[in-house]
Amino acid sequence: MRRKLRAARGVIAREILRFLQQRGRLLAALVRPLVWLIVFAAGFRSILGVAIQPPYATYITYDVYIAPGLIAMIQLFNGMQSSLSMVYDREMGSMRVLLTSPQPRWFLLFAKLVAGTVVSILQVLAFLAIAAAFGITFPLAGYLLVLPVLMLTGLMLGSVGMFLSSAIRQLENFAGVMNFVIFPAFFLSSALYPLWRMRESSEILWRISAANPFTHAVEAIRFAIHGQLNLFACGVVTAVLILFLVLALWGYDTSRGLRARAGPAGE
Amino acid sequence: MPDRAATPAPPALSVQSVSHAYGKRRALDDVSLSVAKGSFTALLGPNGAGKTTLFALVTGLLGVQSGRIAICGAEPSRDGAAALEPLGLVFQQPTLDLDLTVSQNLAYFAALRGLSRRDGRQRAEDELARLDMAERAGERVRDLNGGHRRRVELARALLHEPRLLLLDEPTVGLDIESRHRIVAYVHDLARERRVAVLWATHLIDEVRADDDLVVLHQGGIAAAGRSEEVVAAAGADNLSDAFTRLTRRAPA
Repeated sequence: MRRKLRAARGVIAREILRFLQQRGRLLAALVRPLVWLIVFAAGFRSILGVAIQPPYATYITYDVYIAPGLIAMIQLFNGMQSSLSMVYDREMGSMRVLLTSPQPRWFLLFAKLVAGTVVSILQVLAFLAIAAAFGITFPLAGYLLVLPVLMLTGLMLGSVGMFLSSAIRQLENFAGVMNFVIFPAFFLSSALYPLWRMRESSEILWRISAANPFTHAVEAIRFAIHGQLNLFACGVVTAVLILFLVLALWGYDTSRGLRARAGPAGE
Repeated sequence: MPDRAATPAPPALSVQSVSHAYGKRRALDDVSLSVAKGSFTALLGPNGAGKTTLFALVTGLLGVQSGRIAICGAEPSRDGAAALEPLGLVFQQPTLDLDLTVSQNLAYFAALRGLSRRDGRQRAEDELARLDMAERAGERVRDLNGGHRRRVELARALLHEPRLLLLDEPTVGLDIESRHRIVAYVHDLARERRVAVLWATHLIDEVRADDDLVVLHQGGIAAAGRSEEVVAAAGADNLSDAFTRLTRRAPA
């Protein structure tokens, strides 16, 4: 058990070190949501009013509405980026260093997932600090409650990414998948507009958005950061997390996954 | 490969009747070999002979399809990942994090292997010092040349004091001096520290006359024994000749 904890500590420390080395990555992770928050939200705040709906007790401005969606976006990008780095690691061979350590594979991959999630939470904290500087603040209870929820949503988005990385062989293919995953997940969700607004224009799009796991991640974060627990959203997030975790572990299974991969290129 | 250890302890590596296929293509066909404690065993074969597949099977990166592989008596397929404990590895591709320092890379690996922070630091210092790399500990790997990077990978492979060291073409892309140095260092590891070494290569000059030798050709074993004996049995004057003869002939 002690050796397991040390191994996990090593994986997490490496991920954080690598993140800190790549200044550009932190910058990109922050600039993206900040552009939305400051530019996009400012432009739309007059056009889009958000009615009173849970968890909000009063009318809120649009920038307050989209902040949780942008937090989820940070985690979405980070989840995909960590899995991108897994594809890269696999091509470069450092994945082998991880997978040949004397720990069960499920443990090593889960440690990797936790490491990616910890990095995403660091990004979110930096974002929240900057948002606070622009006057977008949340109750103290919200800042505390959001941390465990961020762990859950981060693990879910990371597990989706890990599954994708197990299924995709090359970096080039990965870029395409990012477009097919990130953009639909983000736009067909409650991140930028309440779903009832979507329903007014299209019943089908509304149904898709309501089923989108990313919507549930956004709502779990939205409620949490206002100090409330949305058990249904957290439940959906957990279920999706378990599903993709199982799929990812299956994808990285020795006898299956790596055989396909090690194929002609491995020899 | 004769097991020269007189004790009944299992060999550091035992490969018995291992075959492996990628779909219909057979990469390994009934391969058996063993590496004893303190033996430097060269696995010599042209590119595509099956060396990398064999390594992937021993390290558990590939699942064994048929046959048995045991590391110090434990089988990864039966005993799980813990069987990889005595194994040290140097991969063919570079596997260091370029943006981290030498120490940070080694600390990561020490943690993966379950060493405490303090032990990890101490072991890293020792191994780097032996390889004359102590003063580079704080440098970023990106700033090191190829030979130095390989030395760091060798130090890393030795951090947890493995009983079996596997190296997959570790000198590819290095200049002559770095190559000689690494070849000599690993020979010393086998002789002085009694590590069992399996060294895959296609470069004949890395094999010494008294090394154990396994010649792999088209997925099968073309010859095995002491290097000088293999040369004699092939009716050749030197290993280069013997290797050419052995790998020209199609295996039975």
